[in-house]
Amino acid sequence: MTAAAEGSPPLRVAGMRRSPLLQSEAVQGFALISPTFVYALILLVLPILVVIAHSFWTQNYLTIDHTFTLENYRIALTEPIYRDLLWRSLYISLTVSLLTVVLAYPIAYFISFHGGRHKSLWLFLITIPFWTSYLLRVMSWKVILGYNGVLNSGLMGLGIIDEPSTALLYNSSAVIITLTHAWATFAILPIFVSLEKVDRTLVEAATDLGDGPLRSFLRVTLPLSVPGVISAALIVMIPTVGDYVTPKLVGGKDGVMIANAIQAQFGKASNWPLGAALSVTTMVIVSLMAGATVLIIRALQRLAR
Amino acid sequence: MTAIRRFLPSWLSSYAGLYILFLYLPVIFLPIFSINTAATPKFPLSGVTLHWYEDLPKTPALIDATWNSLIVGVSASILSTVLGILAARSITRYRYPGRRTINGLIMAPLVLPEVIVAISMLLVMLQLGLSLSLFTVVLGHVLVCIPYSMTVLTSGFEGFDRSLEEASADLGESAFGTFRRVTLPMVAPAIISSLLVCFTISLDEFIIAFFLTGTEATLPIYIWGQLRFAAKLPGVLALGTLLLFASFVLMTIAEILRRRAARRTQNEGGLYA
Repeated sequence: MTAAAEGSPPLRVAGMRRSPLLQSEAVQGFALISPTFVYALILLVLPILVVIAHSFWTQNYLTIDHTFTLENYRIALTEPIYRDLLWRSLYISLTVSLLTVVLAYPIAYFISFHGGRHKSLWLFLITIPFWTSYLLRVMSWKVILGYNGVLNSGLMGLGIIDEPSTALLYNSSAVIITLTHAWATFAILPIFVSLEKVDRTLVEAATDLGDGPLRSFLRVTLPLSVPGVISAALIVMIPTVGDYVTPKLVGGKDGVMIANAIQAQFGKASNWPLGAALSVTTMVIVSLMAGATVLIIRALQRLAR
Repeated sequence: MTAIRRFLPSWLSSYAGLYILFLYLPVIFLPIFSINTAATPKFPLSGVTLHWYEDLPKTPALIDATWNSLIVGVSASILSTVLGILAARSITRYRYPGRRTINGLIMAPLVLPEVIVAISMLLVMLQLGLSLSLFTVVLGHVLVCIPYSMTVLTSGFEGFDRSLEEASADLGESAFGTFRRVTLPMVAPAIISSLLVCFTISLDEFIIAFFLTGTEATLPIYIWGQLRFAAKLPGVLALGTLLLFASFVLMTIAEILRRRAARRTQNEGGLYA
């Protein structure tokens, strides 16, 4: 989370002194963290470098041809199926992050400003569903949205519809609903943290100077909580673009996402370099989209002031 | 104005109630339909039975998957907590250049798409000639558990009063003695909490296990295989309910311990310092 966290306190450089003590402290600290650091280097950084390398190679049956080529990227960006999957994945992850942030903001605000003594109980209540298996949560949405599912039988029982609707499951809306539910906690927590940091006296000052509750919220609280909103949006957007389970279980034909295509290249289709190129393309494009989102939110923040 | 001010909190609290309902509703259907006699999950329930639960222990593949999950979960939680302790201690106790970059890298698996993390590890493991097994699953799970372990442990280690350790050393305790008699009791709840959190994550984790396992299935992989058959759904729902319950209990204990750790390092440290 730290990677995406915005506006966290800067390193306290002021307290640092160049002295032998600092030297030994730096050495000790680094030595202590190095096993974990090396682990992340070997199992995260090295693998990602290997994927990037593969994306420039080609595969002949079982052997990898190590000559440099951009052919995989040409396929990833111009083949209609991959282009469509990529667009759909970006559209889904953007919609999901927008929805989760908009839905999560009021609840984060409620807990922070009106939670009172029960703040930590509320937070605990919100995190609990997140700790249950992701696979099971997706499965329960399948139970709810299915042809014979809870929603259909409920609506029929109430006489609102005559026969089960097929429009609920196996499309991109089902994927969006499921992901919005699955990522809710990840959006609430960063917004809550940034709202906690809002200086309450500033809000009071705005009220004393004649701002109504809505104006003081729009001009004081909301702009000050922007770092949390940005982290929440990024924390949801980047992982959801590569979601595999949800499109596979509730997406049907119209909800397939890029991760399903990537998995196919490492499974049935067995074209590792193409799979690698698809992964790299996805990461690059989602990073660009994340960057654009940050810029847009910041621009809106300036407008609000 | 006052009308809005009075209206707003009540509007917000009903929204909060609805939101909680939205969060919990899907989860609640699993236990409900797991005791239904019919195989299709729809209302009204056709009858109540514990039949699906009784069948669970009679499935050999499920027993194997449970053992595999336990082995992976215990190994992954111990390894990631050990690595988490080292990193969290280093981050909270020392200041050095590059500290934030390293921390960011260790936390990165939290925000990366899991599929991409999984396939990149798969590529490297195959290149290194490691054969896929439960061991490779453990390696993958440790990577995704460390960020959570770090979060729990940093909140336990932060505010840890260094003067207590110094006092212990001044009073003649050895480095190991200080660790065992001063440091460990203070941070023990956070460590246990981290073990429980990592075990729960490993128990529920699907994508990485799916890519990195050989022939041995963990529980989520077993469930994934069963989902293809509509007739197997009630059994899956029963198993899912048990897993939900296990996660819930483990996380509640972990949260209580984490809070106790945070309280201990802050209040008692402040009181006796």
